Amino acid sequence: MRPDPQVQNGTGSHDHGTGPHEHAVDEVPHTHPDPGVDPHAPLTSPVPGTTRPVRVGIGGPVGSGKTALVAALCRALGDELRLAVVTNDIYTTEDADFLLRNGVLPADRIRAVETGCCPHTAIRDDISANLDAVEDLEVSLGPLDLVLVESGGDNLTATFSRGLVDHQIFVVDVAGGDKVPRKGGPGVTSADLLVINKTDLAPLVGADLSVMARDSAARRGDLPTVFLSLVDDPVAGMVADWVRGLLPARTDRRGGPAKLVP
Amino acid sequence: MRAQARIVAVADPVRGTRLAAMRGEPPLLPRRTFPSDSEGEVQLHLVGGAAGPLGGDDLRIEIEVGPDARLCVRSVAASLALPGPAGGQSRLHITARVAAGGRLRWLPEPLIGAAGCDHRTVTSIALAEGATLLWREELVCGRYAEPVGDVRIETTLRYGGRTLLRNDLAVGPRASGWSGPAVLDGARAVGSLLVVDPAWSDATSQEPTRCVWMAGPDDGSGRPDSAGGPTGVRRAAPEHSTAAVLPLAGGPAMLVNAVGADPRAVRARLDRLSVRRYVPERTARFRAIPIARVSPAASSATAGDAE
Amino acid sequence: MTGLATLLVLADGRLPAGGHAHSGGLEAAVSSGRLRDLAGLSGFLRGRLATTGRITAAFAAAACVAARTVRAADADADADADAGHDDALDRHRLDALDEGLDARTPSPALRRASRVQGRALLRAGRAIWSVDPAQRDRHHPVALGIVAAAAGLPPAEAAVAGAYGTVSGPASAAVRLLGLDPYGVHSLLAELAGECDRLAALAAARAGDPIDLLPADSAPLLEIGAEVHANWEVRLFAS
Repeated sequence: MRPDPQVQNGTGSHDHGTGPHEHAVDEVPHTHPDPGVDPHAPLTSPVPGTTRPVRVGIGGPVGSGKTALVAALCRALGDELRLAVVTNDIYTTEDADFLLRNGVLPADRIRAVETGCCPHTAIRDDISANLDAVEDLEVSLGPLDLVLVESGGDNLTATFSRGLVDHQIFVVDVAGGDKVPRKGGPGVTSADLLVINKTDLAPLVGADLSVMARDSAARRGDLPTVFLSLVDDPVAGMVADWVRGLLPARTDRRGGPAKLVP
Repeated sequence: MRAQARIVAVADPVRGTRLAAMRGEPPLLPRRTFPSDSEGEVQLHLVGGAAGPLGGDDLRIEIEVGPDARLCVRSVAASLALPGPAGGQSRLHITARVAAGGRLRWLPEPLIGAAGCDHRTVTSIALAEGATLLWREELVCGRYAEPVGDVRIETTLRYGGRTLLRNDLAVGPRASGWSGPAVLDGARAVGSLLVVDPAWSDATSQEPTRCVWMAGPDDGSGRPDSAGGPTGVRRAAPEHSTAAVLPLAGGPAMLVNAVGADPRAVRARLDRLSVRRYVPERTARFRAIPIARVSPAASSATAGDAE
Repeated sequence: MTGLATLLVLADGRLPAGGHAHSGGLEAAVSSGRLRDLAGLSGFLRGRLATTGRITAAFAAAACVAARTVRAADADADADADAGHDDALDRHRLDALDEGLDARTPSPALRRASRVQGRALLRAGRAIWSVDPAQRDRHHPVALGIVAAAAGLPPAEAAVAGAYGTVSGPASAAVRLLGLDPYGVHSLLAELAGECDRLAALAAARAGDPIDLLPADSAPLLEIGAEVHANWEVRLFAS
């Protein structure tokens, strides 16, 4: 019943290309940017002489386990990477407080952004407050390797602007129903990584994980999907590995191969 | 009616401060009053010599405090702005200058704006760097059960040449939305206390971030709610948000703002939030305590126990 | 040259300049029980427009004038290195306008909110128009004048965007917070449009005044409410 909890698809080099491809007759000819590759020119870091950190957005519906995943990634990566987190909550500090209580990151590495009742606006339509928060973190903490930007719980259409994050993870959970991947929506279909969370609950809620695996594969093409249970894997190993793979090879990273003075 | 008053206080080697000039004409009559402060402060009261200000009046008060001199100006009763027999605006211009080391406390009774009045108070305070100030301003919107006329109060505070505060308040029929929830929300009294103390120069180089203490409902029981959340943020009961301490940018100064149902409520909130000892009033035991020796941040500890 | 469509771009609530996260004091007024319905919102918006709106319009217009002069001088300098224009006075005027807003904003929370929105607007201005990258930390009305100048808009249009923004922000927040009828809310905005225009015309006419003579109308409960709001543990809006 439970599929092997590993990356289902997307083993690396796919040639999506940005060139011409097949279109439906009623479609305006267009090109697709390579998923997972930021089509924008790299933004400069506010700290002179440094490259800016990789930014990963984590979105998904209310209660799907975004904050728990962020906490798990902080546990998994906090010692090897220079890491910071920006939260976008409906109520400002709720998620930031959760991270603080769980002691996964020191308080100065977490920023909470107010979203004025509209978390999806702050991560997609008007990203200025989030950009300010990321830059403030870089200025106050010095160079960073990775910034996780957590969206407030929203609906299936909420995705991150490519002006804010380089890569995005969309988190759904089995308790939300095994039809969620089939329903699609921009989060499920276009996120660079889909996490189907709380697989330990599947038998209790009658969710068929093989259906979810099949539907996500159909919706997402070559984009990867991970099945996750934080009960079984409190550091979200598969997701953490996927995040590690996003980072450029660096020699000055804490715990990296060649330990140079940063 | 045009009237002018001029008060000049200078340091005196024997008495601390003496009045080099104290003259006025009705309705602006300054009278030396006692007891003076033991720190060498001279106190005087403005004694209203006529009704008013009435529409058409043009009143001017000039105050100068020299280096190291200390002056306190009060008034014996509230002033009442009334419409004039021939219409027209009543105007009160107050100009105050305080030299380095000097101290001025301006603690008059409230101004009441009567129905149909058209009044404008223009206050211009220029402090040299190193001067100390306590300046109270209170306005009551109409006498009992009376709608207020047009009253406009314009205040400019300069400290060492820089304008630290430009603050105008307009109420009455010409002021759109003044009684709505953004401005006074139907409150009939509003007041402010402006405090400048050069001793804060270092303390205020970085803006205090927690600077509000709540004044409670009219029984005066309000005090900071110390129930901190997970991040230790002080949270106040929002329904009683009627007063706040506001540290100003660019200088050692703060403004205390309060609104209330009547002038007593406003006075109580101002006194509580500014620490009562800033305003010794009749309480002799507070007299010896220097004005404003408590930084805005430190006064949080005492904001609640003044009542 | 006036660009009406450019003005629409600048004044659009969807301009990515951080406005959606600010309620202009409305959240504090709602939580304190001062504002519950459309009538309360009407009084709130009128009071805010007559105070914050008047100041915003005046400072946006004044900053637009100064920023246009700086830009013209820069353009001259580019065209002719020997032009020798001294635009230092106008650069100083922008700094002085910023200080003037400090002096008109006794609440530290409101000063922070204004600078956060100013930074966000300048960020948008740099990305959309050619705003001087050195202009980063400004109060919102000054930032608005600078961005309007970069967009080629005249001072009166900077001012009308400023005046309108001080009421459209809280109006939109009221729809989200109180669930008020959006038609009713927008009727209030439409009623205030004439007053926005009037304030903008006044602001443009006085754009060169000494800074201490520019409007300084205060709203005590906006100041007090902002301090209370900034100390809440839990809030939906940044201000």
